[in-house]
Amino acid sequence: MTATEIKGAFAHRDLLGIDGLSVSEITYLLDLSDSYVEQNRQIDKKTSVLRGRTQINLFFESSTRTQSSFELAGKRLGADVMNMAVKTSAVNKGETLLDTAVTLNAMNPDLLVVRHGDSGAVELLAQKTSCAVLNAGDGAHEHPTQALLDALTIRRRLGKLQGLRVAICGDITHSRVARSNLLLLNAMGAQVHLIGPQTLLPVGAEQLGAHVFTDMKAGLEGCDIVMMLRIQNERMEGALIPSVREYYRLYGLDREKLGYAKPDALVMHPGPMNRGVEIDSAVADDPERSLIRDQVEMGVAVRMAVLEALAANLPNGTGGAQ
Amino acid sequence: MNIAFSNARLIDPANGLDELGTLVVEKGKISAIGKNAKVPEKMKSHDCNGMAILPGLVDMQVFTGEPGEEYRETLATASQAAAAGGVTTVITMPNTNPVIDDAALVDFISRRARDTAIVRVHPMAALTKGCAGKSMTEIGLLSEAGAVAFTDGDRAVMNALTMRRALSYAGTFDALIVQHAMDQDLQSAGVMHESEMATRLGLAGIPVAAETAMIDRDLRLVELTGARYHIAQISAADSVETVRAAKKRGLPVSCGVSATHLMLNQNDVENYRTFAKLSPPLRREEDRLALIAGVADGTIDVVVSGHNPQNEEAKRQPFAQAAYGTVGVETLLAGVLSLYHADGVPLDRLLDCVTARPAALLGLGGGTLSVGAAADFALADLDAPWVVDADTLRSKSQNAAIDKRKVQGQVLACYVGGKAVFER
Repeated sequence: MTATEIKGAFAHRDLLGIDGLSVSEITYLLDLSDSYVEQNRQIDKKTSVLRGRTQINLFFESSTRTQSSFELAGKRLGADVMNMAVKTSAVNKGETLLDTAVTLNAMNPDLLVVRHGDSGAVELLAQKTSCAVLNAGDGAHEHPTQALLDALTIRRRLGKLQGLRVAICGDITHSRVARSNLLLLNAMGAQVHLIGPQTLLPVGAEQLGAHVFTDMKAGLEGCDIVMMLRIQNERMEGALIPSVREYYRLYGLDREKLGYAKPDALVMHPGPMNRGVEIDSAVADDPERSLIRDQVEMGVAVRMAVLEALAANLPNGTGGAQ
Repeated sequence: MNIAFSNARLIDPANGLDELGTLVVEKGKISAIGKNAKVPEKMKSHDCNGMAILPGLVDMQVFTGEPGEEYRETLATASQAAAAGGVTTVITMPNTNPVIDDAALVDFISRRARDTAIVRVHPMAALTKGCAGKSMTEIGLLSEAGAVAFTDGDRAVMNALTMRRALSYAGTFDALIVQHAMDQDLQSAGVMHESEMATRLGLAGIPVAAETAMIDRDLRLVELTGARYHIAQISAADSVETVRAAKKRGLPVSCGVSATHLMLNQNDVENYRTFAKLSPPLRREEDRLALIAGVADGTIDVVVSGHNPQNEEAKRQPFAQAAYGTVGVETLLAGVLSLYHADGVPLDRLLDCVTARPAALLGLGGGTLSVGAAADFALADLDAPWVVDADTLRSKSQNAAIDKRKVQGQVLACYVGGKAVFER
């Protein structure tokens, strides 16, 4: 596909969220990702789509797997990739954010991959920079490439998204993964069940198009996919849930609870997993049922597709050497 | 200076006046008013061409940065913004650095205002030392020094026992206690109205209960102590209902609302617009409509600007990190008039909310065009349309939540003690 064709299929300067993407744009990104899955399985995984481009990975929150996934994606497309980890003090977080934006902008990067602990921070940064900005997770807002890679994983395994029933279980309130997945799956015609204790379910989730459950048995009924979310340590110990053992008893995914879903239901997790907290090892490691390793593989492909699509839309370029 | 203002629409809610006539000012006081007002011979006269003359506005909630954060706002710049908005009396909040919790500091504000401000300035003093919510301030001495009410400003008094004691003690001086009704535990990390919109934006919400639980608690304490209690700003329909019921029961309760909350709702924080990040937060459209109804029927006593200047650095932040507040003293009149133009609330009730009513609550007198009163008034075109432009507002900070909004009603001139402090 040429850069001109890409421009038509995906007309955004930045990828800040799933919100605002059309069904055809999502489909287009998934199709493009498919081609990269195949390429990534070859011996020669490199192309020159981004040759000459500079990609900066700016992570205000540390994340080994997402950052390496983006790094690998950029390098396989031929970009020069630089990783910047920014340790922020609580006092002048925002000052650092905009100062960093101005500084980075002066280095003329083409693609900026940003993760930040505050919702909306990536959008704010995008307003202050002239390159393409890719949201690698902002607060509890969005994590679009995670939703895309989850969708790609499901679509490759089940052949479709339309009509599927997907359960997302755990700490929904604080999860950007849940929000982006809800938006994407709804857009693609899947039905989303959100399951968790009431203290971890956000207000108004029904109005956003989800079916909400506090009981695993009821929520998992008829589900094709069971997506587990990581539960953060600071949410446990009495603040939002009474204890790990109670949480595991009620919401931890083991063989028994998986049995409430469809007989061949598949298990996903964005990682990193807390084994024995939200998921049992027997389920997580079951090659028949677990898609967790596939998700990691799809992550690189999806990020390559998104980087290519954004680069094609850069005002000064054609998306790299053809 | 002695001067007559003829051919003016004289509006004075406190005296039930709304007629075309003349206002006569002698020695800084109003000496005659009305259609039959006699103008002394040889007195200079100004033809108002039918424009309105209103009592100068009394803004019951203005935050400044003096002392301590003069880069945000000084008493001088706040007063210039006030004058341009027809506000002749501003009530300053004690949340400065240092906090206004000592008689000497009340005196400092009064002296600085006398020397630098062009409108009248009356400080509210802190209710607890350092606004820390622990031990009460010297309410007697502070009253004597000129504090018009007691509040911890933008902080709620969380401890029920501290609040009970403060209310109890204040009774001796008939002092007005002003609460920022926000339960900090229920607010927790919340930064906007708790709603599906907050969920979509990934922002922690502030439930309505954070406000109503605090009001409910305080009302019990008011019943216990009989002290005069005022809620600085309410933001939700439930709060209007609660205050309405409390007033019906005869409790000495009053409350305010910000002009911004009467014009905007939570949708204005879309795209993480930090200029609309306020405390209490902007809530649903139903809440905004209930607030307007509360103003119309008198449940809500006063409309304030909640003027809170914040510089660019404090606002250009991720939403959760950004400072709360909007400037507003200059647009207070346009704000209340929006209820007259768009929502059919009677003009006299609206003007009462920003003139005589707050003056009475604070024991200031004034807020009227009565003969013998200080000649504090505004000359205004009540219908003139204009567009709010944050950059041209006179405040030192430009954080206007209603920036670029079309409003009606413009102040043409403002007089304090008969002296022109602003002319457009």
